[in-house]
Amino acid sequence: MLLLVQYTLIFSAVLILVALGGMFSERSGIINLGLEGIMVFGAMAGAMVMVLLPTDASKVTVIVLSLIAAAVAGMISSLLIAVACINFKADQTLIGTAVNMLATAAATVIIKGFNTARSNGSDFSAKLDYARGHDAFMFSIGKLSLSWFIVVAIVLLICATVFFYKTKAALRLRACGEHPQAADSVGINVYAMRYMGVLMSGFLGGLGGIIYIAAANSTWHFDYGVAGAGFLALAVMIFGQWKPERIAGAAVLFAVFRSLSNVYMGIDFLHALPISGTVYNMFPYIVSLIVLALTSKNSRAPKAEGIPYDKGAR
Amino acid sequence: MKEKTSFMKRPGAQTFIASVICALLGIVLGFFILLAMNPAHAFEGMYDILKNFFKYSNSSTTMMYYFGSTLVKSVPLILCAEAILFAYKAGLFNIGAAGQYTVGLMASLYTAIALGWNWFFCVLAAIAAGALWGFFAGFLKSKFNVNEVIAGIMLNWIALYLTNIVLGGEKVMNQSKSETYNLLSVNKGALLPEFLKEVFGNNQYMTIAIPITIIVALLIQFVLNKTTFGYELKATGHNKDAAKYAGMNAQRNIILTLVISGAIAGMAASMYYLTGIEHYKIASSVPGMGFNGIAVAFLGGLNPIGAILAGFFVEYITLGGQYLNTTYFNPQVADLMVAIIIYLCGFVLFLKHVMNKVGKTKVVSAATNANAEEKEAK
Repeated sequence: MLLLVQYTLIFSAVLILVALGGMFSERSGIINLGLEGIMVFGAMAGAMVMVLLPTDASKVTVIVLSLIAAAVAGMISSLLIAVACINFKADQTLIGTAVNMLATAAATVIIKGFNTARSNGSDFSAKLDYARGHDAFMFSIGKLSLSWFIVVAIVLLICATVFFYKTKAALRLRACGEHPQAADSVGINVYAMRYMGVLMSGFLGGLGGIIYIAAANSTWHFDYGVAGAGFLALAVMIFGQWKPERIAGAAVLFAVFRSLSNVYMGIDFLHALPISGTVYNMFPYIVSLIVLALTSKNSRAPKAEGIPYDKGAR
Repeated sequence: MKEKTSFMKRPGAQTFIASVICALLGIVLGFFILLAMNPAHAFEGMYDILKNFFKYSNSSTTMMYYFGSTLVKSVPLILCAEAILFAYKAGLFNIGAAGQYTVGLMASLYTAIALGWNWFFCVLAAIAAGALWGFFAGFLKSKFNVNEVIAGIMLNWIALYLTNIVLGGEKVMNQSKSETYNLLSVNKGALLPEFLKEVFGNNQYMTIAIPITIIVALLIQFVLNKTTFGYELKATGHNKDAAKYAGMNAQRNIILTLVISGAIAGMAASMYYLTGIEHYKIASSVPGMGFNGIAVAFLGGLNPIGAILAGFFVEYITLGGQYLNTTYFNPQVADLMVAIIIYLCGFVLFLKHVMNKVGKTKVVSAATNANAEEKEAK
């Protein structure tokens, strides 16, 4: 049971951050299907920093540097989306899909090259081993071993909620997602706001990526990408109705089901059921489909999302 | 001069030129990546990718054999692209094609190996499975307003795990090799009939899948351009509300579109796996075929015939990765190149805009000339 709590907390942290990223992007008017790809880039950068840091680096250094690397990599990769969708008015769904493909392919190529160079040509795998980095993040309260990642996620959730409801910048950002022409008419720079939204999604998505691979694992095969976590976060965002506090609740719910597939072996009554483990893997997706079917009827996405802003259009 | 501008202004020509520019730019960027990885051998690497099966040009049988393999492997890609562009015309982004492909794979291999059906019924089973998966997405979209992209993604993962359960059993999967049994030894009747095998260096994987793909593409072209249903689909895609006010049944069209799209994606899997060229292994991520299909659909300018060319091109580059010298490069570089090309496809609209701008001044002068001629005639 303790294990279930641990996994739930970790997955919640990932889903909250990435879904918040998606929320900021969509609120500014850009559908960000590339969250999955952004997570991969963030995860890759963070894991590489963990591997590269000298063995005697202090815990704080490891934590701070790997988080910064992940966030920066996420933001840089989100620029791929921002430039294409904001300046060049590209199809946002296509660009998002392309970024996902690009991320997995690039991460495989880069990590393979990285491993080959480090091992002088004996290791061709796309696998990184960052056990030290993983350990640096762990601390425990009683029997429950926790990760600093969870703390980071909670702090960012609070910051994001306050920012979203209490600041002028966020109000302007939301205006650009609802009616960019109106926003422009009162002097808001729509392009700048949308850039801000996408960059925030890059920041949060990159962090989500490193948490996803480093909080529960100490090695990762980069040819798998992040196995659909980014898409799950999108479902969380829709279920959360594009509002931070609801997203937090939705993320915890999804995380419980996601964790079940990892820990059902340890829970006696679930293990006794004649169900193969693969069925538990399906659970979060089936649940999210049902939940979406029940909630989407009244769901109100930001009105202008997905439509490139054209200054001249009426 | 006048004729030239009118050619440049034709949307078909513009799309074609824009796609070619994307492909070329992608190759150039791919070259830079090779250059960054290994400057000394970059040129050689690029040459290997592009030369591809022409490497065997001294023996025409071997070359034709590998040419045939490239054709066989582009079939599912092209069909997935057809599925996606068909739905896209109706304003639906069928990212669920990957899952529809996966259940098609499951249905065709299960009926072929576990049930021992004839190839024709295996293909039908795959089509039915894909259509059912498309129906789920369409139903959720039209009745519950669930975004088809999100529903498609969820259904993709459900399809993957379901396939792993169904095909992972002892009946279908050779447990010692952990891949599905070879069709040739288990159920010969499930293999698709051969097609022009001799021309392609006795490549036993050359089957009727290839002409079927072309027929499907032509059929889609016909349905979209010459039938009422196709017109309604495109109208719904352009403006959902206008189509509704014009008396078109949007709900029915959404479901029908995704069912057809799913059926094509499901068929794509059967057209590939029933040649016996590849066996299914338990996978931990959704087969990329459906996602690559998105790429091909856009690279082909969302045109059913264009998708054939684009599909062949993308497969050519992807397989080109295998000709790379692995001591210097890893074959995934080709995947990266394909991904870059797709990303660049997003700029097609911008390229067209530029082309129009360049063409505009010429058109204006052409138009004034035409006016002058008219006046003279009067």
